[in-house]
Amino acid sequence: MNGTGTASIPDGAAVVAGSGRPRLRLRLLLLLVVALAGISLAAMTGLNGNLVYYKTPTELVRDTGLHGKRVRVGGLVMPGSVRRSPGTVSFTLTDGVTDLHVVNRGQPSGVFQAGQGALVDGFWGRDDVFRSDQVLVKHDNTYRAPNGKKYSPPDPLRTAQVTNR
Amino acid sequence: MPRRTDQILGVIASLAAAGTLPIALAVAPPDAVQGQAQRLMYVHVPAAWLAYLAFAAVLLCSIGYLLSRDLRWDRRAQAAAEIGVGMTALAIVLGSLWGRPVWGVWWVWDPRLVTTTVLLLVYVGYLGVRGLSADPHASARRTSAVGILAFVNIPIVHFSVVWWRTLHQPPTLLQPGGSHPIAPGMLAALLASLVTFTLAGIVVYRRRLRQLAARDALLRERFADSSTAATAQEPAPAVLVIPQVFR
Repeated sequence: MNGTGTASIPDGAAVVAGSGRPRLRLRLLLLLVVALAGISLAAMTGLNGNLVYYKTPTELVRDTGLHGKRVRVGGLVMPGSVRRSPGTVSFTLTDGVTDLHVVNRGQPSGVFQAGQGALVDGFWGRDDVFRSDQVLVKHDNTYRAPNGKKYSPPDPLRTAQVTNR
Repeated sequence: MPRRTDQILGVIASLAAAGTLPIALAVAPPDAVQGQAQRLMYVHVPAAWLAYLAFAAVLLCSIGYLLSRDLRWDRRAQAAAEIGVGMTALAIVLGSLWGRPVWGVWWVWDPRLVTTTVLLLVYVGYLGVRGLSADPHASARRTSAVGILAFVNIPIVHFSVVWWRTLHQPPTLLQPGGSHPIAPGMLAALLASLVTFTLAGIVVYRRRLRQLAARDALLRERFADSSTAATAQEPAPAVLVIPQVFR
């Protein structure tokens, strides 16, 4: 490490710094590759091989090839459509154009309620019923006080325009 | 750096925190849809904000080093990056705590959460590439390049909820379109906590910077006797302060 034109470093410091530039560089590269591979894997798994995180009901019914494949669908839970029974809950998921009848195995957790958004993960049957095993609540970006004012769900078409989807 | 300023800033930050707490816990109403869990917004959002601010500081300090070749800029960038990494990790944890009762899950791999994870890893990597060269200037050059390039992650993370479909909702205050659909009490709590976190971040940054400067000065002193070549520049102390990540 001598002769580089800067203050020469005592040998002890070289040991402390880690033996050899190539090994450190290799370690870094390995870390980078592993990190990128891990993230790509996670992202692809999360996307279920699709390019979008979820489909809308309209997109789902338009693609008959999706029968029997695991897919995630997002929309608004239609007010008045939620029916709970032991072990299942059924509701209608809509994007303002297409209504999707969903039967979910298990009770949804989170703040699931009619008038809010939801993502369902499951299979679309040939009987036009979507059987899901997971419901995620997708709430919007509004924050309101519970002051007795009547809450009206956001217009899904307007929301779609605002967020450019 | 004057210690008096640190003391004053510390007091102001503490007062801000003390003032924010009652607003966040009592004055701000619970959300009509999310309930009390929504109060996590008052720590999750400011943590993310402070992370963005810290990484912007890394960007500026990296440019500062490349323009001036003064190693003090490199030190400032390090202190800022450490805060940024800590705040990103905190934002992720707080977001997870918020997600479980509201979304129904601790985690999803949607574009917002994926890009935030990438952000965290990139800046952990930034801290990891520090001090690899014997020559502190070579090391600082490399680090500054990474610090500038890494900043591209911030707009990607921020706009991920607008560009792509996500479970995470789009921004409330920084919405494209410009409206702020948030109740006044909640807005007050959020702004108060943003101010608090920013002040606290500045206080921690200054203390860390002081610590880094003292350590470099100490190492400079130690090797001033044992170096055989005389130089006017700061000698090699940056080499020895490799972050614990690689020990």
